[in-house]
Amino acid sequence: MKLKLTVNGTPHDIDVPPNTLLVDVIREHLHLTGTHVGCDTSQCGACTVHLDGRAVKSCTVLAGQADGAAVTTIEGIGAADDLHPMQAAFREHHALQCGFCTPGMIMAAIDLVRQHDHLDRRAVREGLEGNLCRCTGYHNIVDAVIAAAPQLAKGVGRG
Amino acid sequence: MAEAVHTGIGASVRRKEDARFITGGGRYTDDINQPGQVYAAFLRSPYARARIDRIDAAEALALPGVLAVLTGKDMAADGLGDLPCGWLVKQKDGSDMVSAPHPPLAHEVVNYVGEPYGVVIAESAPAARHAAEAVGTDFTELHAVVDPARAMESEDIHAGVVGNLAYDWVLGEQEATERALASAAHVTRLDLTNNRLIPNAMEPRAALGVYDKASGEHVLYTTSQNPHLERLVLSAFVQVAPEHKLRVVAPDVGGGFGSKIFIYAEETAVIWAARKVNRPVKWTAERSESFLADAHGRDHVTHAELGLDADGRFVALKVSTTANLGAYLSTFGSSVPTYLYGTLLAGQYKTPNIFVEVHGVYTNTAPVDAYRGAGRPEATYVVERIVETAARELGRDPAELRRLNMIQPKDFPYETPVALTYDTGDYEASLNKALALIDYAGFPERRAAAAKNGRRRGIGFACYIEACGLAPSKLAIALGAGVGLYESGEIRVNPTGNVTVFTGSHSHGQGHETTFAQVVSDRFGIGIDDVEVVHGDTGRVEFGLGTYGSRSLAVGGSALFKAADKIIAKGKRIAAHMLEADPGEIDFEDGRFVVRDSNRSLGFGEVAFAAYVPSNYPDDLEPGLSEKAFYDPANFTYPAGTHIAEVEVDEQTGVATVVDFVAVDDFGNVVNPLIVHGQVHGGVAQGIGQALMEHGIYDEFGQLQTGSYMDYWMPRADDLPDFRVDTTVTPCTHNPLGVKGCCEAGAIGSPAAVMNALTDALGVNHISMPATPEKVWRALNGQ
Repeated sequence: MKLKLTVNGTPHDIDVPPNTLLVDVIREHLHLTGTHVGCDTSQCGACTVHLDGRAVKSCTVLAGQADGAAVTTIEGIGAADDLHPMQAAFREHHALQCGFCTPGMIMAAIDLVRQHDHLDRRAVREGLEGNLCRCTGYHNIVDAVIAAAPQLAKGVGRG
Repeated sequence: MAEAVHTGIGASVRRKEDARFITGGGRYTDDINQPGQVYAAFLRSPYARARIDRIDAAEALALPGVLAVLTGKDMAADGLGDLPCGWLVKQKDGSDMVSAPHPPLAHEVVNYVGEPYGVVIAESAPAARHAAEAVGTDFTELHAVVDPARAMESEDIHAGVVGNLAYDWVLGEQEATERALASAAHVTRLDLTNNRLIPNAMEPRAALGVYDKASGEHVLYTTSQNPHLERLVLSAFVQVAPEHKLRVVAPDVGGGFGSKIFIYAEETAVIWAARKVNRPVKWTAERSESFLADAHGRDHVTHAELGLDADGRFVALKVSTTANLGAYLSTFGSSVPTYLYGTLLAGQYKTPNIFVEVHGVYTNTAPVDAYRGAGRPEATYVVERIVETAARELGRDPAELRRLNMIQPKDFPYETPVALTYDTGDYEASLNKALALIDYAGFPERRAAAAKNGRRRGIGFACYIEACGLAPSKLAIALGAGVGLYESGEIRVNPTGNVTVFTGSHSHGQGHETTFAQVVSDRFGIGIDDVEVVHGDTGRVEFGLGTYGSRSLAVGGSALFKAADKIIAKGKRIAAHMLEADPGEIDFEDGRFVVRDSNRSLGFGEVAFAAYVPSNYPDDLEPGLSEKAFYDPANFTYPAGTHIAEVEVDEQTGVATVVDFVAVDDFGNVVNPLIVHGQVHGGVAQGIGQALMEHGIYDEFGQLQTGSYMDYWMPRADDLPDFRVDTTVTPCTHNPLGVKGCCEAGAIGSPAAVMNALTDALGVNHISMPATPEKVWRALNGQ
């Protein structure tokens, strides 16, 4: 089926079989390999991207469902010399080790912070329970999200 | 903000590698593609034990895009060898362990659910998976042996392995231990299980095999913690390709925790298949495959007895363990419940008599091998659960009973009754710091406050020790290791004065690209950004034994330290010539070669340039400034510490929650505190997972009941508390950095601490891991 997707601000015309998952379009067709696949039951969240601004697990969305939508991946929120505040906070607080869950975790965290005004540590933990990390024990991820939150609340910052 | 300036040893430098990981620029195996690439899907056994009668591939081969269906018989016919176990354990009677043949792809019988016996190659991954389902295989199901405790009385799985016993291994003095137990004033007895865990690195295993027909060269991109060891085993034992025609690349690897040490069927098969079909062949595990076919961890059944004298001093510890090794001996599977377990049973204590017997048994389950801590969490669980239980039985304070028995700083070097010599430590220092951090004196008040809310609160200790920095090669080889356990390092100083560092220690989350750069930049007095660390490619790095057992900095870092010494020594000769001084008069300080007691000096970069543009240069010295070193440790390192958990139990639901966790560890000198704390956090999370959540469960037929994230309880952000971590320091006495290793401690100390806290809360001496709400509720309600 033919689809129109805007990914990280760039429009794409895509022709894929109707059973294609959004994550496969992102990884295999657009070669944006920052979005990862860590499980086959929509449990781990490594594939989290933004679909029209909201975090979704892209292994659970058919590409066809995203027709006409704007998709933002980890590659679309900042660059090494111009980091998104959440990316910068993850680095500053050592909120990643192997880096595999990190893109999904950052995308989920950005959406979480945008949706809530006053996140405490417990709320961050509950808000990120859909994303598995095996390395960090989550402590430093919580630190990073709490630190980045004021910069992102209510439209402050970008992305 | 001194930290912003100081990037050397001891600074919490932000990680260099993060720049790519936080921007989506990581390059993992599944991110790599090759022109003409095709895809592999494995045929996996649906039975725990069955004979393969017939494989009918006709229907699959007729499907569009299918190139080949290759079976275990094809692989054997091509002369490929078995997957070896790398550690030969000697039995009680002096004989060798009994190692069952482990073909990469099964060809006569399959011995666990998920065992690969063939592979389908097709133009796309979905086509390969679809075709795999179309392969018709006739099996005759055989009786499966699943329960390790009954394996020795069950039908033999492998011909020639009587009673499914791989080995009966002992360590320590049996008679003296039994005598001491018989005359002890008090004996505490405990039956324990150490639950089977499934490692679950977030990146599933993957492999991409490439074969170049013209040159005969093979390249394997794979998720490995030790690419050189992978190359060695695949060439020397499996004989896929000769070593000089095989390059193994482990690019960014998304966590390992042990599970990516081992040499598996799938990576063997893709490199072989790439040659068969003359196309690059790629395989990426689905998570379901990871659950079935990654090596699992732990899985012990243990009876232990601790004897104490009238004062509460430990007089003897006797331990009997049945270790489930799974269907085959995995790469290091034999060593984990023996040399990495029995040797640790002295813990931090002066117990004079220790005896341990381990029966390593085969079962029709996935192979069991090293998982974070590897034998040491199991040993710590035995020691620290039984010590805590003894304290309760005797009405002694658990912290003080431990203190009474601890090896003291004046006792080092301390030779244990189980073959190790601890070089240094100060166990009371960690205990005292942890007691202060948790506010031990305030615990009764916290317990009373919890009780008012219908919650039972308990406190539990674990004073662990581990042996890291594996290992003196001669000792390891004498004990059965198939390889040495040194590490290699190389430092190339480039003509412009910046530095490329090559290490055999692969980094898959540990942050070597930062810590190793800190060590080297600190030695040379240059900026950390002028040091690039290269690892994970046999085509670029000379050799390496890899990353496991918290050995990277202690062994790999020490190799770089030695290489840096050589660079500095050569630099002094060059500088002496240029400054018209004697090499003995040259000091190297803060990045400058200085003639002692003078103002004459040269910068590191100036000397590097001279080495490559040798005009004013010693006649008897080779140009260039590049040095290699192999470092073989003189002893293990012995990180140790105290972990204290506080757990609350909801009386209505049985839900147990870790509400506070303190870890005080002695890792020797610390190069990067930020990274070290992160490693402790991750280990503690895995240990809490083991204690309360995670369990790899097979049913009586050998079907894995916990084969997805819907069934296997991985710790999530809201399952865990904040952690409070701190360190004490006694530098390691035998490596140049004084470091001990930090990556496993969290997983070693925490299960015992959490279970001690939980049993304290419940007022029972035992409940098995994982203490799920159901088990806790039953304990609360006497069911």
